Amino acid sequence: MSAEMRMDVRLPIGGMFTFIGGLLVIYGLVSDKAVYHRSLNININLWWGLVMLVFGVLMLALARKATQEARKLAQSGGKGLATGGANK
Amino acid sequence: MLEIHLGTIDYALLVIYFAVVLGIGYMLRHSTRTSTDFFLSGRSIPAWITGLAFISANLGAQEVIGMAASGAKYGIMTSHFYWVGAIPAMVFVAIFMMPFYYGSKARSVPEYLKLRFDEKTRAFNAVSFAVMTVFSSGISMHVLAKLLEQILGFNYHMCIVVSAAIVLAYIILGGLTSAIYNEVLQFFLIVFGFLPLVFLGLKSVGGWDGLVAKLGAVATSPTNPAGRVFESGAWTQSWAHMNSPSANPMGVEWFGMVMGLGFVLSFGYWCTDFLVVQRAMAADSMAAARRTPLIAAVPKMIFPALVILPGMIAIALHHEVGNFLPKDASGAIDYNMTVPAMLAKFFPPGILGIGITALMASFMSGMAGNVTAFNTVWTYDLYQSYIRPGQPDQHYLRMGHIITVVGILISVACAYVARSFNNIMDMLQLVFGFVNAPLFATFLLGMFWRRATGHGAFFGLLSGTLAAALHHGLTLPAGATIGIKGGWLVGGHVLHTYPVDMAQNFWMAIYAWTTCFVVTIVVSLATQRNKSDDDLRGLVYSLTPRIKEEGLAWYQRPAALAIVVLVAAVILNIIFW
Repeated sequence: MSAEMRMDVRLPIGGMFTFIGGLLVIYGLVSDKAVYHRSLNININLWWGLVMLVFGVLMLALARKATQEARKLAQSGGKGLATGGANK
Repeated sequence: MLEIHLGTIDYALLVIYFAVVLGIGYMLRHSTRTSTDFFLSGRSIPAWITGLAFISANLGAQEVIGMAASGAKYGIMTSHFYWVGAIPAMVFVAIFMMPFYYGSKARSVPEYLKLRFDEKTRAFNAVSFAVMTVFSSGISMHVLAKLLEQILGFNYHMCIVVSAAIVLAYIILGGLTSAIYNEVLQFFLIVFGFLPLVFLGLKSVGGWDGLVAKLGAVATSPTNPAGRVFESGAWTQSWAHMNSPSANPMGVEWFGMVMGLGFVLSFGYWCTDFLVVQRAMAADSMAAARRTPLIAAVPKMIFPALVILPGMIAIALHHEVGNFLPKDASGAIDYNMTVPAMLAKFFPPGILGIGITALMASFMSGMAGNVTAFNTVWTYDLYQSYIRPGQPDQHYLRMGHIITVVGILISVACAYVARSFNNIMDMLQLVFGFVNAPLFATFLLGMFWRRATGHGAFFGLLSGTLAAALHHGLTLPAGATIGIKGGWLVGGHVLHTYPVDMAQNFWMAIYAWTTCFVVTIVVSLATQRNKSDDDLRGLVYSLTPRIKEEGLAWYQRPAALAIVVLVAAVILNIIFW
């Protein structure tokens, strides 16, 4: 099976980090602040959740961009040349 | 006894991770139509993905748990495994060896040995490699299960079954591609899981300067892990205390370290181990295959901050409070608990789930890496070569599925065997010493000396492995009992006693390599060449045309990347001298 039909690896990575990042942000907002004495009184869930969320969205955006470019390439006549996110 | 209580949020994060891992396998279920798809990803993956998989496949139990344990026991000298060991070896395999691996169209490292030397050399390597991979996979599984049992109160057998079943499912579904995709996911998860741990740990000890001061107190105290007094920088300076084995906690001097670890063990592992080379072989072009180890070298260089630093912070905290690290059954400090102790101390629920998930990810990527390498070597190098040659491709694809199941079952058996060791790192080094240390001499001579013969390679390898075993049987680390730690040949009257088992491993590797090197040359000169120059085109340096790299930007050229990587490694060594 050739590369163009294969899923872009950034899709599941981006999806997972967006989801768990978001989950951590929400948890950071609603959780009892007393648990953060362990993390030196930093709301580590909120802040690190945000970092993971940004990373996840970035990955999804990159995957989307690659798919669109591949589609454009395919439409402009280069049949079968699309690489489905193969960032060489 | 260390116990960690997971909240609902932590379990939720774990479940999400398992779902994504299986989901990747499911999405790729139609991508393995031929055996090449299943075992080699059809040679179609871009370099940045194979590069991250290259490093992630090595991120097993040994890396995360073992390196943190070594960081606590030996301090920053553990970084030699990276900046002296891995990085130069990764540059070497990229620049000098990948052209033969990828260019020869061999499908595995043992198959390269068959093309270059002969059938018996391949068989020897294939069998020993197969044994080693299932063993490593079993160790990963065992360590994970034991850890989860100890800290979370999970059932040991259930942990084994669940981790084995998940890895089995995603490899069967998507083959090597699925393993590689998951390795990339696991790589990011490990980075995101451990970065906040390092951040919080460093902050709590007053930053790097605070850590240096605290570890100075550890080094100058007789109650430190080595039980001896050192100069105050022994835990925080990587080179300054290497003039004699007694001046540093690792118990090695610079020559034994540079030759044993840097040259023999690291080159033996990174340059000849099919587990990592397989990732590069899945790349979509020669240039991408050569870039794979170089791309991997960049995160590899920074990993000491992620995996060694937590160990250093842990021992500093332990020295202050006296009970930060738990003790094992015999009353000694259980260094394998370094990472869990740090997670328990600094991570509240939520991020704790990420940390535990990252830990599991590291074990699963290590297991999957071994299993995918094992099933390829079994199917191509043993089954297709000696048991059922000449079958249609679908037959071997089916065998790939079957052997994946069998390989995981054997790993489970190995998990139950692998229990009596204190430091997994030392144990893996021991196994690699027997099998891998002589191997690099064979490849070096094979790739750069056309006169090396099949008989030379085979008997060189055999005697190198025997030399390793002999050395192990004749020597013992100080304070160890005879048996698995060494000395079994002479029943107590050992020829040499090393201060630490690490030093014993390094010197065993040096003896094994030298024996293999010398025997290969002598036997080669005494025997007829079994391959003509024509046979060896593309397999030996002097008979292979240089690769042209026109049309690539500088940052895509392996040689330019290699220089950048090496300079960075030198700078890191100097900063932490």
